[in-house]
Amino acid sequence: MKRFRRHGQESQRDRLKQELFQFNKTVEHGFPHQPSALSFSPSLQLLAIGTHSGAIKLYGAPGVEFMGLHDENAAVTQVHFLPQQVELVTLLEDNSLHMWTLRAHQGLSELLEIGRFTLTGPPGAFPNVTRVTAVLAHSLGELLLLGTEGGHVFIVEVPGFRELEERNISLDQVANSVPEDYIGRRNLEHVEALQENPVDPNQVVIGYGRGLMVIWDLEKQCALQHIPATQQLESVWWTEDGRHLISSHSDGSYCRWAVGEGDESDEEEKSDIPYGHFPCKAITKIIQLPTQQGPPFLLFSGGMPRASYGDRHCITVIHGKTQIALDFTSRIIDFFVIKDGPQHTGDPSALVVLVEEELVVIDLQTDGWPVIQTPYLVPLHCSAITCSHHVSAIPLKLWERILATGDLQQTHYSKKPWPITGGQNLAPDPPQRDLLLTGHEDGTVRFWDASGVCLHPMYKLSTAGVFHTDTDPNDNMNQSTEGEWPLFRKVGCFDPYSDDPRLGVQKIHLCKYSGYLTVAGTAGQILVLELNDEAAEQTVEAKVVDLLQGQEGFRWKGHTRLDVREEPVLFPPGFQPFALVQCQPPAVITALNLHSEWKLVAFGTSHGFGLYDYQQKNSVLVKCTLNPSDQLAMEGPLSRVKSIKKSLRQSFRRIRRSRVSLRKHHVNNAAKLQEANARLEAELAEMELAPVQRKIEARSSDDSFTGLVRTLYFADTFLSDSSHNTPSLWAGTNGGCVFAYMLRIPPMEHRAEEGVAAQPAKEIQLMHRAPVVGIVVLDGHGAPLPEPLEVAHDLARSPDMQGSHHLLVVSEEQFKVFTLPKVSAKMKLKLTAIDGSRVRRVGVSWFSSSRTEDYGESGLVVLTNQGDLHVVSLPHVKMQVHYPCVRKEDVSGIASCVFTKHGQGFYLISPSEFERFSLSTRFVVEPRCLVEPPLHSAASQRRRQLDGASSPHRHVSTAAASLPSQPPPPLANLPVCPSPSRNPRQDAEDAESAARRVMEHALLNDEKVLQEIQKSLEGDQTLTMENNVKSAVA
Amino acid sequence: MNKNHRVPSNRSLSAVEVKSKFGAEFRRFSLDRSKPGRFDEFYGLLQHVHRIPNVELLVGYADVHGDLLPINNDDNYHKAISTASPLLRLFLQRKEEADYAAFGTDSLTRRKNTVLSAVLLRPDANRKKPPVIISLPRDFRPVSSIIDVDILPETHRRVRLYKHGQEKPLGFYIRDGSSVRVTAQGLEKVPGIFISRMVPGGLAESTGLLAVNDEVLEVNGIEVAGKSLDQVTDMMIANSHNLIITVKPANQRNNVVRGGGGGGTASGSSGRSSDSGASYYGYGSGGGGGGGGRAAPLPLPSSSAASSATPSHIIQNFPLGAELESDEDDEDLVIEAGGEAEPIRRAPSLPRYEPHLDLRRGPSPANGALPASGSGGSLSSGLPASATPSPDKAAERRSLEEDGTVITL
Repeated sequence: MKRFRRHGQESQRDRLKQELFQFNKTVEHGFPHQPSALSFSPSLQLLAIGTHSGAIKLYGAPGVEFMGLHDENAAVTQVHFLPQQVELVTLLEDNSLHMWTLRAHQGLSELLEIGRFTLTGPPGAFPNVTRVTAVLAHSLGELLLLGTEGGHVFIVEVPGFRELEERNISLDQVANSVPEDYIGRRNLEHVEALQENPVDPNQVVIGYGRGLMVIWDLEKQCALQHIPATQQLESVWWTEDGRHLISSHSDGSYCRWAVGEGDESDEEEKSDIPYGHFPCKAITKIIQLPTQQGPPFLLFSGGMPRASYGDRHCITVIHGKTQIALDFTSRIIDFFVIKDGPQHTGDPSALVVLVEEELVVIDLQTDGWPVIQTPYLVPLHCSAITCSHHVSAIPLKLWERILATGDLQQTHYSKKPWPITGGQNLAPDPPQRDLLLTGHEDGTVRFWDASGVCLHPMYKLSTAGVFHTDTDPNDNMNQSTEGEWPLFRKVGCFDPYSDDPRLGVQKIHLCKYSGYLTVAGTAGQILVLELNDEAAEQTVEAKVVDLLQGQEGFRWKGHTRLDVREEPVLFPPGFQPFALVQCQPPAVITALNLHSEWKLVAFGTSHGFGLYDYQQKNSVLVKCTLNPSDQLAMEGPLSRVKSIKKSLRQSFRRIRRSRVSLRKHHVNNAAKLQEANARLEAELAEMELAPVQRKIEARSSDDSFTGLVRTLYFADTFLSDSSHNTPSLWAGTNGGCVFAYMLRIPPMEHRAEEGVAAQPAKEIQLMHRAPVVGIVVLDGHGAPLPEPLEVAHDLARSPDMQGSHHLLVVSEEQFKVFTLPKVSAKMKLKLTAIDGSRVRRVGVSWFSSSRTEDYGESGLVVLTNQGDLHVVSLPHVKMQVHYPCVRKEDVSGIASCVFTKHGQGFYLISPSEFERFSLSTRFVVEPRCLVEPPLHSAASQRRRQLDGASSPHRHVSTAAASLPSQPPPPLANLPVCPSPSRNPRQDAEDAESAARRVMEHALLNDEKVLQEIQKSLEGDQTLTMENNVKSAVA
Repeated sequence: MNKNHRVPSNRSLSAVEVKSKFGAEFRRFSLDRSKPGRFDEFYGLLQHVHRIPNVELLVGYADVHGDLLPINNDDNYHKAISTASPLLRLFLQRKEEADYAAFGTDSLTRRKNTVLSAVLLRPDANRKKPPVIISLPRDFRPVSSIIDVDILPETHRRVRLYKHGQEKPLGFYIRDGSSVRVTAQGLEKVPGIFISRMVPGGLAESTGLLAVNDEVLEVNGIEVAGKSLDQVTDMMIANSHNLIITVKPANQRNNVVRGGGGGGTASGSSGRSSDSGASYYGYGSGGGGGGGGRAAPLPLPSSSAASSATPSHIIQNFPLGAELESDEDDEDLVIEAGGEAEPIRRAPSLPRYEPHLDLRRGPSPANGALPASGSGGSLSSGLPASATPSPDKAAERRSLEEDGTVITL
């Protein structure tokens, strides 16, 4: 009977699974790892960044972002938007060119690659003949000029990438006309720069590496003027009026040249080495922009005196008498300036600089040129991320208070709005306020608004103030060195150097209802903090807790405890510490939990765990879990890998100190870094060579770090008898042991006087001895117990105390459910024994059905060491779904994963980027945005008329209209379409509206049709592109 | 349990006539040969027909050679039923009065002889030379076995290692490597996992069933192909209490030869291996090796109690991918706090809460203890009861280990 029913139930369950679970990687938060190229489209107001790994990312207004990935795993070396269009061209390191477009699909834009092209030279030519070094996207939007290493300029028609051989500008053509007296005429070298005359689109300047610049008329195909610069060329800028060229050179000089009618006025008008005198580094890029009133802005990167400031990453801004060298935190990739006005031709308003580790935007219209806070692309890794913690559904009150305190910290930022405004963010408002907290190596905790697509910084908490550290108070970022020339100004917040690694934050726990926060760190310190809207001066009392409990034979060889400031410390508004526990030995905190209702903090290290009453500020319980035969845990630092990292860090710190103290004697950091990296790599390679073998042995109690506390959990449950529930504390260790303590908490009114007592109640030793990574108590309905204060705030159903509770112990290898109060095994799910993967991260999430509002269930979300995500049902511990998520080699990515309470999660894909994923069908935060083609674009207009299609500048949300530049043929494949063979010139408007009507009808009524449209569009992509090109030629 | 009674069969082929003797009383009944049922049902039946419901019994039967062999699990029970022709003679004894010396090869005939000779010829001979006490199969604890010989290709070997929470390490290492497979396209090099090292004195080495450079094909029925070294390591460790690894031995000369010439038929192989193998060690019982698989249990005299699940471990065809656990092996240890609430500061000094209790003790009787039933009392005299292996025992083990390889030849 049962068996017959089961089949139906299973299929029903399968259907339900589809309604509950769905895996998506939705958005990447943070700053792209190793950016390599930058571009900006004034007409689209979009910013594009290419990376070393071949990704291309577009950003506009907050929330508007797109990402694409080249199939080739090659670095993006250049990105260029086609002026006035939605297309952009990328050049990769492998010399391939790629055409991308933003195509609207169902009302949302998508970034798609629509073509690729590699320049081919004549047969037998050297490869360098076609190696592209400079790209100019011509303002008419039809031509791409490609300067090559061989010195030729190839002209290619876009977007179809059709070579226009007859228009190519070969090196011979140019060389023949070079004046006899030009010393470099024998070898002009590669094309370094290509610039278009802003006034006359027929004129382009070709700058050769040797220094020579040639103004070329594209129409007449002849050289108009030769500019015989003799220094190695770095960049060329054509001033807005078209009358001057500015060239920058490798010796740190720049020259201004007048663009004359004839060949005569080739005199150098003005030449300058701005940081001259001693040898200078190259000026890699120079731009000059006029202002309505007053002097122009001159901006250039590099050019610093080689000996004294050669290691700085500077952009110099000169405006009238003001000159400042902006000193960036890492290598400058590229920069551009945004101009005011509807046509983006007004005064320069903002300087946007992409450096290796962050994006900095400087407000050029406010005095002092303050930095504009970026709403996205924020460097998460300004100090290395050491842990993260996610809190869902923050109450509005707390949210506003955190925002307010955060605002107080951001006074030095410009008040100007974010200047990059392209696209529309169509994503619905996030359903709730989510907070992501990241702990950093320098002892800071950063609060991020993780509700939506933009991971926005809200507030930064520093815990370093509580302790004495070797930090030099004068050595902060915004200090301007006095009396120095040139005037430097540090900009950016990337600062990977931690002065004391012991400050590193390891665990964070925030109670969203009470505003209590606890932060634990590397040197066994646990701070309890409270949100205060006012600044306060107070002393933080430290309580030292001895976790060894008289355990003999112990020798701690690790770091010492942090030195606590005994005098009162002034804490700014925000989270202010009021209690401090320091573990002895000061080992890294491995588990932390806070119960704000009972006012207790539980913490654990590799030696044991403790319970601290932060109301009475005393220790309630200390338990040593150490195995006396465990030498490693006895002695200190956790692993050798870490010590390598530490020594590296220390050597960096040394380098840095020497730089600070001896300004005259600079060490090339980059070289040092490379050296260190090479050494490390060699070491790693050596390790690889040794034959890898693994010992097969059952775990025993003598294994290392069996006493390490992995998880701590508070629960109000039936620990001793089935009629009375009591508060309890649970701890799980690396050796597969679970300790349960019954807590006696005095009633509210006597909470301040009477002590909290903890009494051992149970000890469970899992036979398989795998590390316990999670403990959850399930109530009578099989639902996990709510968080503290959740019920008090009416935000959760109170747990069922009638039925019997169950204990779920998650080890790295198994999920096991026990009955309570008598602990006996009820159910289990083995993971490792079956597929060899181990649980790395686990969380409890709520999954709501996408179909019915009111159905939902709890599930365990698990990330394994193989990088797979699993959802395990509760309370029956059955595997529901699994998806591959992270590469299994990406150990730090797997270790960094955090889950939200609603089936989403974050993990680091690089030191600076979080990937956001969702396992839920309901809660998916992903960019939904639309970018419309630029309005008044003559060029695209013209092309569109040729195509016979329609006017594109209307918000159209149908698939048919999503490709305004495409001719109708694809639609002909569709059965529902009317014949599209009418004369395209006859009535474009009519045709469009007809097509739209049909398409809208199709959209509304038939999803299949829609898919077919999509398919045919994609299928015919190349065909249509060819058509495009043909019609454009015609 | 009485279903065998309810279906009295007229056909003598399908019915087994049973004559059961307890003390001076005989009972006769019959069993269906094709549906013998389980041992515990049979045991209940015996108690029922003899009307001794609460008496613990030791069941023995006379096999075809006239040996008195024990029946104490499903396997030897089935063996007894299947070999009975036509009559199955059972001898029941009270457990507390059991004469263990009675069991063993030639025990029945020899007993007759000795009784006669004792009376007639040398009255004191028996007292001077007490017969060697040989324990029951369930008092042995297998440490390894070869299983599923009948379903595996001859080039493969499936080895089961019984950890039983003993001190002895599993004691081997694995590594990555490559092996050559024959495919439709010809020879193909594929990555594989190999045994790279044996720890001297470890369980793996002492069984003689695994060797360096053996390729590991499966772990507890799950193929390792496509899994990384770390994954396979984790799988093995997770299954370490009951590890079954299928290997392709590097040395293929020791393989079992089946079929073809040589006299042994496929069906006979089970009898050959189990009976001869078992009796070789003085098991005195073919029952230990019934079933059809091939076992090489190394009868280390067990100082610790046999796991309660032991009999079922001796032989079984391992179902691929099926749940192969015995929960008894996997039982977690729970310690409940007893007594009154203690002030927390004194709690750690409570002896019950030593940070590391001797947790190797399973829920089944602890190391060195006697079987829970206490029936093995008389056994202890003949067996060293210390948990630590004595040197002579180690020597014994070593010799047995050599034998272990011999029988696989």
